[in-house]
Amino acid sequence: MSIGHTLLGLLESGPRHGYDLKRAFDEKFGHDRPLHYGQVYSTMSRLLKNGLVEVDGIEPGEGPERKRYAITEAGVTDVGRWLAQAEKPEPYLQSTLYTKVVLALLTGRSAAELLDTQRAEHLRLMRELTRRKQDGDLADQLICDHALFHLEADLRWLELTAARLGQLAEAVGGSAR
Amino acid sequence: MTLLRAEGIGKAYGPTPALVDVDLTVRAGEVVAVMGPSGSGKSTLLHCLAGIVRPDTGAVTYDGRDLTAMSDAGRSALRRGDFGFVFQFGRLVPELTCVENVALPLRLAGERRRAAERKALEWLERLEAAGVGGRRPGEVSGGQAQRVAVARALVTSPRVVFADEPTGALDSLNGEQVMRLLGDAARDTGAAVLLVTHEARVAAYSDREVVVRDGRIRDLMGAP
Repeated sequence: MSIGHTLLGLLESGPRHGYDLKRAFDEKFGHDRPLHYGQVYSTMSRLLKNGLVEVDGIEPGEGPERKRYAITEAGVTDVGRWLAQAEKPEPYLQSTLYTKVVLALLTGRSAAELLDTQRAEHLRLMRELTRRKQDGDLADQLICDHALFHLEADLRWLELTAARLGQLAEAVGGSAR
Repeated sequence: MTLLRAEGIGKAYGPTPALVDVDLTVRAGEVVAVMGPSGSGKSTLLHCLAGIVRPDTGAVTYDGRDLTAMSDAGRSALRRGDFGFVFQFGRLVPELTCVENVALPLRLAGERRRAAERKALEWLERLEAAGVGGRRPGEVSGGQAQRVAVARALVTSPRVVFADEPTGALDSLNGEQVMRLLGDAARDTGAAVLLVTHEARVAAYSDREVVVRDGRIRDLMGAP
């Protein structure tokens, strides 16, 4: 999963401090793997350097200064591009896809379209494996079948998620499109 | 070459819309998978394209002819001569042997028994089911019965084969064998196949797929 894109997506709803970003990330995506503070700050420094976020304000405190980050136009474009691009179909992709779906719902983009784009990519690979299987020997067939069954499981998840977009939008406080 | 085209077709059963403003083009020699959840309108779409159900709005053209404007008799003749059908549960005639089942469409078209059964046997051989020709459908396995059904659909050399969940009642191995045989046979004869399925591994035998959701269609790849 791309932590940079996820943090950018979370910034689309408004500027936040690094600490708020970590809390929002952990709450929505980090159930079994919360972010370290260090990861948040190193990621934000990189995004800042690349012009995808800007410092919206600085609050002095007892400890280090607290920067509030805001997403830039380039950052919004970058998130949009990431969400629209299909992931390479591979096993255990679900955490990235889940993150993309939730962010699409939160940012008013079309989660249904995102799922369809991914579905097309999965089917493209399945078609390619099926052709390889038909032309190959038994070993090829078994290897391709293994990959095909995994891709099919992913596709079933994509279908089920598409059917539950309304419910998911309610749960995360976004809107299904 | 475009063989079959749906333009803006809609169909409702009472107040429930089954299809809404659907466009779809099927080219000769192309295998198109129609996917989507149960109740999404997949089978209604297939029935409209095959001239079994008349859409409420829009038009279906086959080889330049408007199916929606044809008489029932005209559409029946087209279904017998130009279209082949495979269903989930074969729908073979239980009293006839498998070879007689495959020969049936030819016999209905007036072909003599001997010639019809010779062609039927050739198709059974091609579908690796020649051994069951003399048996009745109740005496063969599900996979064999479905190969017989595919042979029956192809025996008249149709230009379009409509397959509605053709592997839905089969295990993975038999399902894949049936799909491979159906795909190969259709490509060899230049027939287009419209394949309704909810199984992604079956759809992977197609050249492209469309998804039907709530009666609306989404072409994931666009026509080639």
